[in-house]
Amino acid sequence: MDINTYIASGILELYVAGQLSETENQEIYNLLKQHPELLQEVIEIESAVVKLTAAVSPNAKGFNSIEERINADEQNEVIKLKPRPSNWIAYTGWAASILLGTGLFWTLNQNTELEQHIESANLENRYLETQIEDARTDLAATKNLLNVIRDRDIIEVPLGGQGDFASSYAKVYWNKADNTIYLDAAGLPNAPVGKVWQVWSLTLDPLTPTSLGTIDNFEIDDNKIFTIANANESQAFGITLEQEGGSPTPTMDQLYTLGVVNPSS
Amino acid sequence: MELERLIKQFQDKNQDAFRQLYGMYSKSIHGVVYNIVKDTAIADELMQDVFIKAWHKSDSYSSKKGRFFTWILNIARNAAIDKTRSKAFKQSRQNLNADYFVDIIAGHDNLDDSTDAIGIKTFVTHLGEKCKAVIELLYFKGFTQKEASEELQMPIGTVKTRNRNCIQQLRDMVL
Repeated sequence: MDINTYIASGILELYVAGQLSETENQEIYNLLKQHPELLQEVIEIESAVVKLTAAVSPNAKGFNSIEERINADEQNEVIKLKPRPSNWIAYTGWAASILLGTGLFWTLNQNTELEQHIESANLENRYLETQIEDARTDLAATKNLLNVIRDRDIIEVPLGGQGDFASSYAKVYWNKADNTIYLDAAGLPNAPVGKVWQVWSLTLDPLTPTSLGTIDNFEIDDNKIFTIANANESQAFGITLEQEGGSPTPTMDQLYTLGVVNPSS
Repeated sequence: MELERLIKQFQDKNQDAFRQLYGMYSKSIHGVVYNIVKDTAIADELMQDVFIKAWHKSDSYSSKKGRFFTWILNIARNAAIDKTRSKAFKQSRQNLNADYFVDIIAGHDNLDDSTDAIGIKTFVTHLGEKCKAVIELLYFKGFTQKEASEELQMPIGTVKTRNRNCIQQLRDMVL
């Protein structure tokens, strides 16, 4: 084969242009291996074409633009996984801050509420303390009263309802030792406005009433037991409804209750 | 030889080899696609695509099939022609100017006075009309010898020898 004729045919130029069939390409590949002058020819043709085509380019971009893309492509598999953790972290961060914010708000709210609770609890405490104190006082008074009633020296005088006031009743516990009566007036109604209950000690023969005083705090007294001094040799006790301030003598038609001291007791 | 080693490394995904090959051919590839699409931005994008494709498909290249430059040149021409056939491209560029590569080269205000640039400019200004057409069709447009002969209304054999003469003139100017 005549190399020069082969070269002159122009086939190598078409080879570089990429216009030959696969078979022709393969053929030339084999020839190039055997004939360095053929290869040299191809290199020169290619070099000229490279220069010519390059001359058409206004300005080609540098390799950096490619490099970024291939590196990005290569790290794709790794990168694909990366956004998740970072997103996860971001989401977690947001979630945490929202939780924290909500938590803080809740805590503040809770705190205010608790302070209010404490205040009302304190108030309640003070109220309860007062009640306990009252109860203690009451209890002491009641115990005292019980002791008085149980005392064997006590004379019990039941006072029955009189006339129109049959439903009324009262009871007198008379301790002669200390000249005191304890009047249990729970069976009497509240005195009307402008009126007051007046307690009388009576001797029967002749009938002589002696005022033991008016009960001015009847309405507000809880247990309706009133301690009254009595130094008289009473034979009976009576209670009448009188004008405020009391009367010198009992108004007999307003005698609500009356009881005779049983001499045997 | 050096080029074969580079190509082998390139096929082994060596980025330095890729960078060197890019340095050798990117301007040419850009020139070819630019000559087809006549738009710098599109040419930039296409050239990148071409090299990325070459990188990813480097296994499919074999020296038995032809020159490495020819392989890339083929990818580039196909990519550029595909681009010009796309609807978006057709709509955006109704009037593609009909300049040949020679007009583009002649139109460049070459700031770099490299020997090559001067040589090529001289070459294209003295190039006969037939040479311009043959080179345009065979190298820039990827016409086959047969297609070129039909386009230029000259026998296949004449295309081949004429092309040989035209390239020889070029070699005389730039090598």
